[in-house]
Amino acid sequence: MRMNRLAAAALAAALVTGCASGAQDSAAPADTAAPAGNVKLTFWNWVPGMDKVVAVWNKANPAIQVVSSTQAGGDDAATKFLTAAKAGNPPDLMQAEYQALPSFVAADAVADIKAAAEPVRREFGEGVWGLVTLGTDGVYAVPQDSGPMMFYYRADLFEKYGIEVPKTWQEYAEAARTVREKDPKVFLGTFSSKDPGSFAGLAQQAGAQWWSISGEAWKVAVNDEPTRRMAEFWGGLVKEGVVDTMPYFTPEWNKALNDGKLLTWPSAVWAPGPLASNAPKAKGKWAVAPLPQWNAGENHTGFWGGSAVAVAAASKHKEAAAKFATWLNTDPEALTLLVKEGAIYPAATKGTALLTEPPAYFSNVPGFYEQAAAHTAGARGFTYGPNVNVAYNAFRDAFDKAAADKSSFVDALVKVHDATVADMTKSGFQLAR
Amino acid sequence: MRPRRRGGLAPYVFLAPAMTLFALFMVVPIGYTVYLSLHRTKVSGLGLGKGARKEVFVGLDNYAVSVGDGELWAGWLRVLGYGVLVLVVMLGLALLFALMLDTARVRLARFARIAIFLPFAVPGVAAGLMWGFLYLPSLSPFHELFGADLLSRTTVVYSMANIAVWGGTGFNMLVLYTNLRAVPQSLYEAARIDGASELQIALRVKIPILMPAIILTTVFSVIATVQVFTEPSTLRPLSNTISSTWSPLMKVYRDAFVTGDLYSAAATAIVIAGVSLVLSFGFLRLVRDRAFGEAGA
Repeated sequence: MRMNRLAAAALAAALVTGCASGAQDSAAPADTAAPAGNVKLTFWNWVPGMDKVVAVWNKANPAIQVVSSTQAGGDDAATKFLTAAKAGNPPDLMQAEYQALPSFVAADAVADIKAAAEPVRREFGEGVWGLVTLGTDGVYAVPQDSGPMMFYYRADLFEKYGIEVPKTWQEYAEAARTVREKDPKVFLGTFSSKDPGSFAGLAQQAGAQWWSISGEAWKVAVNDEPTRRMAEFWGGLVKEGVVDTMPYFTPEWNKALNDGKLLTWPSAVWAPGPLASNAPKAKGKWAVAPLPQWNAGENHTGFWGGSAVAVAAASKHKEAAAKFATWLNTDPEALTLLVKEGAIYPAATKGTALLTEPPAYFSNVPGFYEQAAAHTAGARGFTYGPNVNVAYNAFRDAFDKAAADKSSFVDALVKVHDATVADMTKSGFQLAR
Repeated sequence: MRPRRRGGLAPYVFLAPAMTLFALFMVVPIGYTVYLSLHRTKVSGLGLGKGARKEVFVGLDNYAVSVGDGELWAGWLRVLGYGVLVLVVMLGLALLFALMLDTARVRLARFARIAIFLPFAVPGVAAGLMWGFLYLPSLSPFHELFGADLLSRTTVVYSMANIAVWGGTGFNMLVLYTNLRAVPQSLYEAARIDGASELQIALRVKIPILMPAIILTTVFSVIATVQVFTEPSTLRPLSNTISSTWSPLMKVYRDAFVTGDLYSAAATAIVIAGVSLVLSFGFLRLVRDRAFGEAGA
């Protein structure tokens, strides 16, 4: 569920250069003119088919009408929400990616909905619940979907080149070298310096804890030992020239996937979506496996993406909005529709049982979701800090440069860490030493 | 009752729409930018929850940080290199095309004029994307031709300049050409009778006459170049050689909308406005005597 990055950039550029038309079509605040007892809620999200789910709610709750407004998604939607919140007219409900939620909380843009959300706490796993409480006493959103990572590979081409599915990252490196020897036009994988989310997921797999809260202070460790080890590994492969450095979600990447010039993608459970739209020619040729491990025999993975539904602090109908958010993400009928129409991987534990059919792109893997559940059982995340946006931007700049120059990834990681700490210090956050 | 003086109010009524728009869309935003640039949010503790974040007055701190940031000046340097490239090539080509179209013997003048002007009608973002696709190694037809990666660290600035030149030449050509058409033909006839060749007419008659127009187009181009944003921003997702602070304006965008620091962004925006003013007025002052003084001398 990620939009084409080019379109996003074009949009951003158009907004700035074209003097944004100022037409705030979807940014209408909660309708104050509605008759008493009749509440109208605006909901920004980018789940395909959300209007159908909302229609079910609207039919059953005539007093609380929800209007779904489709957003670009990802970082752009987060920026738009923060800007709208600052301007005083945010939507009542907002889809928030887990890593963006702390910056919403820190900007005082979302409400604590503990009263409404606490009763459904047991519908979710501990890990995912931690992402919406941020390890505090509050509850700032209701989890919607999650993105545990696994290893996607071209089964047909693995056979052609005679490669085994790598069980460890060491084996992955060996396989990368083998592929280059067999066909110098083909790469086993690519390191994307444009996708900090993917990097963070791989860091989580390695056991990183970039942010944590100790008492009344933040602890920041973007350059902790597990992340260093992981960065060094990828930096080595890039320097050796055995993995490519083309970013994900670019026309080149699409072409490489389509033409079979790129054999693997360590990605999240939502990968069938982008693969289907970006590499239609390779339909039915991919298979899934657990992510390669750092130590043989382990079963760890991280999260890339996933989102929750938050209620704006400035909403006039917080209670009604929170009620809708919990219904949307725990009600069996809503979850069934979300899975069917939106192809999401529900965060609610009972939601995974609804995933019976494999995605169309993986019709060759009948037990796709059973496999996914097994491969991602050992998923571990970390608490996201209040300035993930700063860290992610620093990541793009530092790793863009390191990937282009084939210079040290560990140095780049240190830059990301320093930029993150400097920003938090400047803002006045309490930091643990 | 009638007003004591007719028309006492009328000028203000007529001015009101323009003044209102100016106040709403220029004065207020600029004032707000100045206000923002003097403030900053300060959080306490974990910075989570209500009241953990408040706006405080910091004086010129944001300016000090903005001006002291090496990345901003590195951005200026990059833009300077890019700007010199764009200005020289674009205005050179525009002048050349205008002079060529103005000679009597040119064929297909109308078609050529439109063909050169047309790229200007393509929105910058569309042009950036189109060229971006043409530059991508695996998709590019030029890649084989030049045998070089057009988005590498050394070449990317030329690739970007190319987009600006492609898009901007037509407009500048048209400004110069229209100016040339306004020159009375008798001037050229006199020159021809004196035995001047077409080349001599171009160099000795037309270019001096065009000087004010050339200066005008240069000032416009300088301002556009200082504010370069579209080309690098549209190419950035395609390449890992353009940082988020490649040009000063990109840094403003990043601060305001990516890292959410409107305060620093406001300060940097004002610094950029200052630099643009100094550059464009500086250039005008430098050439004023030469361009406009000659006529009076």
